[in-house]
Amino acid sequence: MSGGTPAGAARPLEPVAGWGRYPVGRGRVERPERLALPDGAFPVVPRGFGRAYGDAAIPSAPGGLVLESTRADRIRAFDSTTGRLTCEAGLSLAEILRVFVPRGWFPAVTPGTKFVTVGACVACDVHGKNHHRDGSFGNFVERIELLTADGSVVECGPTRERELFLATVGGMGLTGLIVEVTLRLRRIESPWIVLETLGVDSLDAMLDGLKRSAVDWPYTVGWIDGLARGRDVGRGILMRGRHATAVEAGDRRPRGPLPLRVPIDAPEWLLNPLLMRWFNRLYAWRHGAALKRRLVSYDAFFYPLDSVAEWNRLYGRRGFLQYQCVVPRAAGSAPVATLLDRLGAAGAASFLAVIKDCGPASDAYLSFPMEGTTLALDLPHRGPVTEALIHDLNATVIAHGGRVYLAKDAVTRPADFARMMPRLAEWQAVRQRWDPRRRFRSAQSVRLFGDPA
Amino acid sequence: MNRAGLRVGRKVAFVGATRGLGRALARRLAERGDALFLLGRDQAEMALSALDLEARGAPTPVGHAPLDLARPAGFPEALDAADRALSRIDALVVTGGLFARHEELVQDSARLAALLDVNFTGTILLCQQVAERLAARGGGLICAFGSVAGDRARRGNYLYGATKAGLSVFLDGLELAYRDRGVRVLCVKPGFVKTGMTAGLPVPPFAGEPEAVARDVARAMDAGRPVVYTPAVWRWVMLVVRALPRAILRRARF
Repeated sequence: MSGGTPAGAARPLEPVAGWGRYPVGRGRVERPERLALPDGAFPVVPRGFGRAYGDAAIPSAPGGLVLESTRADRIRAFDSTTGRLTCEAGLSLAEILRVFVPRGWFPAVTPGTKFVTVGACVACDVHGKNHHRDGSFGNFVERIELLTADGSVVECGPTRERELFLATVGGMGLTGLIVEVTLRLRRIESPWIVLETLGVDSLDAMLDGLKRSAVDWPYTVGWIDGLARGRDVGRGILMRGRHATAVEAGDRRPRGPLPLRVPIDAPEWLLNPLLMRWFNRLYAWRHGAALKRRLVSYDAFFYPLDSVAEWNRLYGRRGFLQYQCVVPRAAGSAPVATLLDRLGAAGAASFLAVIKDCGPASDAYLSFPMEGTTLALDLPHRGPVTEALIHDLNATVIAHGGRVYLAKDAVTRPADFARMMPRLAEWQAVRQRWDPRRRFRSAQSVRLFGDPA
Repeated sequence: MNRAGLRVGRKVAFVGATRGLGRALARRLAERGDALFLLGRDQAEMALSALDLEARGAPTPVGHAPLDLARPAGFPEALDAADRALSRIDALVVTGGLFARHEELVQDSARLAALLDVNFTGTILLCQQVAERLAARGGGLICAFGSVAGDRARRGNYLYGATKAGLSVFLDGLELAYRDRGVRVLCVKPGFVKTGMTAGLPVPPFAGEPEAVARDVARAMDAGRPVVYTPAVWRWVMLVVRALPRAILRRARF
């Protein structure tokens, strides 16, 4: 019964950027409470909370329509025997956690922030600390309802319109507007995570530790010291976790994290001391007990940065680029060492890099993870130098058959991307079939796929 | 439900649960187990919201029936449907209403008439009827939405503000008149809240999120308060704004 959008009000252009705050575009942003394709809206870029770091959810040209899904967040159905959840695409993982953790259910796959929409999780085919065991988000998706470029509603899934499904999972929102998703949640006994941390002193030890931990632990990840040189490259801490049983959890009640917020854009010199503090802690762990075991909340384990709202402002006004690549296991640890070494040598690296072993790749054409080692780190944006560094890193990744993650990317060249993705042509063919005029496009698709701006 | 209307586990007829503040508040009530019955114009939207509310914990089924605030003749039937479904409601929440940009209301008198009709006439007629129903069954709670815009006129939205000012006075009086008969009345005065209704408007300082407003409203319902400003800071903002000399308001460009 409420009034809805004031009719006839021309939307002013708003700045639209990814989480890395680089690059910045301008668009007309609509945040409807029920997702629809406005008549004549062309072109359109779907967007969730804007947690993709680069240009994935930025309009292809100033004035393009940005369809933000976050208010289209209704649950359609939940089956408490199977954990099957059907929801509108704008529902966030944060909301799923809030509603369903107390009932004993958890997202089967979660990225490192809970402030993401289900639609974006599908479009980026996100992965988490359990990729080695469970694969990516798309593995748990049973059905997607899409509004395609001609305005029709199309359902796809692993067995229905399979090609469209495989193009939509990981398809960065370019096959149509994802309006509804059916996915499976995971049963848990408690909101707590049993966490073990151990210090490791080399890259080989890290990779070996991840591999060994993968056998018994559903969640594994390593934080490594981006400043280490030579023999020390790859040193850091390995974290492995699993959902605590009801007995282990006892009657502990989870406490929400303290709400912190970064109030202003930090000056560019600020970050170093802050991260150095982290490092001192890291070393304290390393030189402390070799192995520590404790119970932590799922928020602390999965979403440590979510407790600091707008932490991306720490990188200052110019923003940052996040670089995430994966190199196949067959290539061994050498390429990872090379990448870390280059980053150290360029002096542009963040002090913390996240390392993780991935399991087998999904069938989705543009899905990022592949069997191998993935590395993610922040690079404060310092202009062309930083971009040149990324092209340089990309060359190493390509040489070993790896790829980069579109949800993070802002600068990879189209030719390089084509070399990374063996199934790009298949994806393009499906996209051509469903959206020949490129109604769905983004700054990223203009950059990588030659869409008209 | 006790006479003071302070207990949770209410049986609520809810007008406007499909969108914005109403959606957030209905979810809040659903999650703590209040039984809900939705009233509104759009059957399809109400059906979707009913599913959402059921999944979030509202006692099933969450039913719905048509109600148009611009058509008071339909109120008794809609309320009967709610009474049947919940075996007699003990609360009414009205978040529904119309909103338009001031310039549009100035230019389009049909639109203005509709806004006056729904926000003032319709809402008052509905609340008055429900107050009688609740009083006759020993009490209950009525919660409707005024606005800070009704606290002091501004040149930029006095038309919308007038409907909310009138409604606020009505709710204030309803509380005085029916409290002895067990009916609590809560007038919610939201400041600027980021919802679909205010989309495209410039966002002022102290703008709130619907979830936080819903939390404040649910608390005020439980506390039996007659008025709640939300976000809470608006209470103090409006204290100042109400006290501003006219000369200053005349000069201010808002």
